[in-house]
Amino acid sequence: MYKGLRRSVALLFTVMGGAAHGAYQLNLQEQQTRIGQDIFDLHTLILAIVAVIFVGVMGVMLYSIVNHRKTAGRQAVQFHENTTVEIIWTIIPFIILVAMAFPAAKTLLAMRDASHPDLTIKATGYQWKWGYDYLQDGVSFYSNLSTPRGQIENKDPKGEHYLLEVDNPIVVPTGKKIRILITANDVLHAWYVPALAVKQDAIPGFIREAWFKVERPGTFRGQCAELCGKDHGFMPIVVEAVEPEKYAQWVAEQKKKQAAAQLDPNKTFTLDELKAHGEKVYAQNCVACHQANGAGIPGAFPGLAGSKLVKGPKEAHIGIVINGKAGTAMAPFGKQLSDVDLAAVVTYERNAWGNNTGDLVQPGEIKALRK
Amino acid sequence: MEAVHHLDHGHEHHPAGIMRWVTTTNHKDIGTLYLWFSFAMFMVGGVMALVIRAELFQPGLQIVQPEFFNQMTTLHGLIMVFGAIMPAFVGFANWQIPMMIGAPDMAFPRMNNWSFWLLPPAALLLVISLFVPGGAAAAGWTLYPPLTVQMGMGMDLTIFAVHILGMSSIMGSINIVTTVLNLRAPGMTLMKMPLFVWTWLITAYLLIAVMPVLAGAVTMTLTDRHFGTHFFNAAGGGDPVLFQHIFWFFGHPEVYIIILPGFGVVSQIIPAFSRKPLFGYASMVYATASIAILSFIVWAHHMYTVGMPVAGQLFFMFATMLIAVPTGVKVFNWLATMWKGSLTFEAPMLFALGFIFLFTTGGLTGIVLSIVPLDVQVHDTYYVVAHFHYTMVAGALFSAFGAVYFWLPKWTGKMYDEKLGKLHFWLSFIFFNLTFFVQHFLGLAGMPRRIPDYALQFAEFNAISSVGAFGFGLTQLLFFYIVLKCIRSGEKAPARPWEGADTLEWTLPSPAPYHSFETPPVVK
Ligand code: HEC
Ligand SMILES: [Cu+2]
Repeated sequence: MYKGLRRSVALLFTVMGGAAHGAYQLNLQEQQTRIGQDIFDLHTLILAIVAVIFVGVMGVMLYSIVNHRKTAGRQAVQFHENTTVEIIWTIIPFIILVAMAFPAAKTLLAMRDASHPDLTIKATGYQWKWGYDYLQDGVSFYSNLSTPRGQIENKDPKGEHYLLEVDNPIVVPTGKKIRILITANDVLHAWYVPALAVKQDAIPGFIREAWFKVERPGTFRGQCAELCGKDHGFMPIVVEAVEPEKYAQWVAEQKKKQAAAQLDPNKTFTLDELKAHGEKVYAQNCVACHQANGAGIPGAFPGLAGSKLVKGPKEAHIGIVINGKAGTAMAPFGKQLSDVDLAAVVTYERNAWGNNTGDLVQPGEIKALRK
Repeated sequence: MEAVHHLDHGHEHHPAGIMRWVTTTNHKDIGTLYLWFSFAMFMVGGVMALVIRAELFQPGLQIVQPEFFNQMTTLHGLIMVFGAIMPAFVGFANWQIPMMIGAPDMAFPRMNNWSFWLLPPAALLLVISLFVPGGAAAAGWTLYPPLTVQMGMGMDLTIFAVHILGMSSIMGSINIVTTVLNLRAPGMTLMKMPLFVWTWLITAYLLIAVMPVLAGAVTMTLTDRHFGTHFFNAAGGGDPVLFQHIFWFFGHPEVYIIILPGFGVVSQIIPAFSRKPLFGYASMVYATASIAILSFIVWAHHMYTVGMPVAGQLFFMFATMLIAVPTGVKVFNWLATMWKGSLTFEAPMLFALGFIFLFTTGGLTGIVLSIVPLDVQVHDTYYVVAHFHYTMVAGALFSAFGAVYFWLPKWTGKMYDEKLGKLHFWLSFIFFNLTFFVQHFLGLAGMPRRIPDYALQFAEFNAISSVGAFGFGLTQLLFFYIVLKCIRSGEKAPARPWEGADTLEWTLPSPAPYHSFETPPVVK
């Protein structure tokens, strides 16, 4: 606390002294796309205009405050209503606004033109992670916050990209028009990457689009911008732009990885195999609500440790995980997870945190229960 | 009950103690109740703001958990808008409108009583919701579904609170409209009414028009939650964005509901301390009316990122930019009123000048935000948070403080401590800017709003903002002290403590008699 206070006071003086430097950003982030650059320039232009207006208006006010004060012996000059003046100060702002409207509309039209993309990626907002599907290249993955809990809870020193780092960044080729189709699985989210000048709400049940074209390789960070519940602040977006050749390489690698990670749904697994895999699935998909110790958050998310449903018949347990529960935060995971993942996570829940049912759920049982 | 009083007990007998306040139908008593209620809510909402700022002082989670943080942002917004700002201005309306138009009281005294006494239960529902399982609503004060459908029963309590608050506002507004249209003193034509009365008349119409819309939106949320409807659920044929359209159809006029009476207050104070009449009275009235009308066709500028058609974005952009014209007319009028005046700078004037300075800042960032490509960058970031606090805190709150200092001598019959009043202004002004100015930078750099923790590059400005917020909060205790000191031991105030003030209330003695004008004054 004290350190922060000292730092802020020190900073206050630097800022007041006009010596603001690179460490803290005073303006929009450096833009990586042509459109972004246009928007940046538009902002500079508009800001300059309003700053001039501000100085003018406050200048007049200050002049009155200094010169027209009673203590300076001023008598009030009784004048009011002057149609000419009033017409002038209605028309002039109007003209200024029209002048602003032209570049604004031009940039807007360019910004919204998502036609002829080179590559289309679908981004889906989940509570609380992003899922990406590369529609042409057949790559799919989830992108979770990778900042360790200890940093958030102030037990460990915070890393450089604290809260803006993920396990699987979205990789895109440079020089190509990338169209992002944006939707959500549960509640509203928004896909926001400042350096790419993209922000688009993700709306469950609807698909919206945005696009960008990065010229140079680099890593760009953003985060969810629409309140989506508890971990709204913890679902960042990381975009890595690489040269097209590297991108092709990456796609090939991803495909290999995906094939290797694919567990055979026809195999019969042992309890330990399922528990081990289930723990991973749980950590990626369930832990935000039901917590690592299975205790949930009272009043908001039920505990699974000792839960009657979890310890009861398998079918009901599998049912809620596949179908979710309408009107609650419990999403239908049937669409997101494979049969093996579902079998594993259910098995894990039935055997973790003292739920020693000894039950084991095979992928085949999940398949049978899917409608 | 008023009639019964006349017959049974004669004039000055009222129930004593608490029952006096529960049963009162007097516009001044009710005004006082509104004002104290609003101050209490200002404190409650303020503490919530400080919880938010304390958590945001440094990166990392220190004080509260994310789910509670979201409850704080939600309740802070709801309580400040519906519990603090709106009741404060209804309080001023109650005290001042009858006195300013030469009426004995409000048109419907008993309804007036009820519109106040609906407020405490509503506020209680909001506060109690913190303690029910699952806690208070945590979907932001904008209550966007589908998140609202996931909430616990705190959400239901919030919905009922909004219903009650809406009823109270509608009744209050009907009362104001009827009073202004029917109880003016002979000779007081509409175009002779003080501007404060005009702004409230227009505000009251806005309230009557939009509160039912909000009630509809939250009712649909309620039925989606409990009765299987799918207004806002795409899976059932509904649309989550529909809620946003309905909400902002209420919400945009709502921001003018909050600011117009503030314009009215400033339009009383500036001429009084410039010792000159308002420069363009008629154009001020027309500007107010045009702002009110335009406010119905700009709502979707809160929704530029939902993915509406380009044509929609263009329409809402142009319409929004247009609002700058009548708003500019207002600011220019205040400046022209001060021009070649004989200015003095007592606390009400300081707050009015602070208002112009800060509101203009907020208005100009509003122009930046009206432009779609720019708004898309800073929408839902701290830039917007800074913008609306410049217009709502600096706009509504500063004008409310100005109003209190301006009329306190009339209400209490005593003067407040001028030195302390000025100190209150300067501290508020400095800490306000410290809190909110730096938030523009945070927003431009990309810090989203409503997050309990943030990346390291945002640390410095957040720390500054938090220091400012605590300073601002503590300063308001000084305000409380100044008001108490005035009531207890202020010097006796003359009927007209301000040299340049010329509206009807200043012809009454200070403190104003219990029934304002029993025989209507004649206005020439
Ligand atoms: C966004 C928050 C969230 C996530 C993530 C989540 N759940 Fe849930 N879950 C809930 C809520 C809320 C309920 C309670 C629903 C109700 O009201 O019946 C619930 C209920 C359950 C239940 C029933 C518990 C009982 O005792 O009734 C099970 C089992 C369950 N979830 C398993 C899972 C699994 C497995 C995952 C990960 C694949 C998961 N949940 C992820 C929020 C979540
Ligand atoms: Cu989100």
